[in-house]
Amino acid sequence: MGRFHRHEDGTIHSHDDHDHGDLSGYATGRERVEVLEAIFGENDRLAAANRSDFDTAGVRVINMMSAPGAGKTALLQQTLKLLSGRIRIGVLEGDIETSLDADRLEGFGAAIALVNTGQGFGGECHLDAPMVRSALPRLPLPDLDLLIIENVGNLVCPAEFSVGEHARAMVYAITEGEEKPLKYPLMFRSVDVVVVNKIDLLPHLDFDLGQFRKNLAAVNPGVAVIEASARTGDGVDRWCDWLAASGLIA
Amino acid sequence: MHELSICASIAEIVRRHAAGRRVLSVSVRLGQLRQVVPETLEFCWNAVSSDAPLSGAALEIEFVPGVIECGECGERSALADPFPRCPACGGVAVSVVSGEEFYVDSIDVADPATTGAGGHEAAPTARPSA
Repeated sequence: MGRFHRHEDGTIHSHDDHDHGDLSGYATGRERVEVLEAIFGENDRLAAANRSDFDTAGVRVINMMSAPGAGKTALLQQTLKLLSGRIRIGVLEGDIETSLDADRLEGFGAAIALVNTGQGFGGECHLDAPMVRSALPRLPLPDLDLLIIENVGNLVCPAEFSVGEHARAMVYAITEGEEKPLKYPLMFRSVDVVVVNKIDLLPHLDFDLGQFRKNLAAVNPGVAVIEASARTGDGVDRWCDWLAASGLIA
Repeated sequence: MHELSICASIAEIVRRHAAGRRVLSVSVRLGQLRQVVPETLEFCWNAVSSDAPLSGAALEIEFVPGVIECGECGERSALADPFPRCPACGGVAVSVVSGEEFYVDSIDVADPATTGAGGHEAAPTARPSA
């Protein structure tokens, strides 16, 4: 792997017979300084701070992830319709640009805070703990029972960044085919539940639900699976039952 | 992914521990299960390490293979494929023993007392074992 190598301790050689990034390093004394610091340490520290704030305020938090267009926002609309009379819900909406998703969720009785990860120059493809922390002052945490974080549509990066959540959910549309669990195993392994969305389209597709469940079980044997259609509302009650059974709502 | 911002994080950690001394090398432990590509990390490292005290500092990545332990038969196995199933008994109740590491282990800094001209004749200082 190219330059991934270690030098023998105590080796003496001329500067010419070895390609080294810093030749004068061999002439000077070297001191090894122990570091032992996690590279995502800053994110994980802030995730722990977020979690502490959530627990102090008595809010349970779920991080919702998916590929773009799988139906997170549509499912959230249905969830808010069903639950916002019973419990106090907040939504932390993450998008690179626009308030379109946040706007769609207005009017259902939930407190909404938007994080745009774009700053006019593209933007982060995921929410991380510092970004989530920056939005917390805009949410009435002590007055919430459940906070739903709608992550940026992305099947890769959000899995790597803990934001302090209690649980993780993925929304997966049957239009995506059966094979994505095998292609994106780390994302599928990092979630507690997969909502299989757009099942109203089953008659129009060659989607093999059994094969999908098998692929999913191969990478995450214990994951819960809920079939739903955010468009028709089918299965949204089962999703809310899962939220209750997981201790996310009372 | 995000190797460039990861290198910026590594650089910040390194600068703090270097405390103004020139950095000769940075040793990073990277687990097999992290979504980080070593070659990309090396490429991005060149971009963030152009200024002192990091200038010329080599990034050394030690790969940590994934190891799983089966909750059913107790066997530990290398994570040979992406599917977390025990190769010994086929059980699915496996936990990750190693392979999720991602940290800066140590840095080698120049000892300011011996930096400078005439150093070619000096014997290398004994280094502590890793």
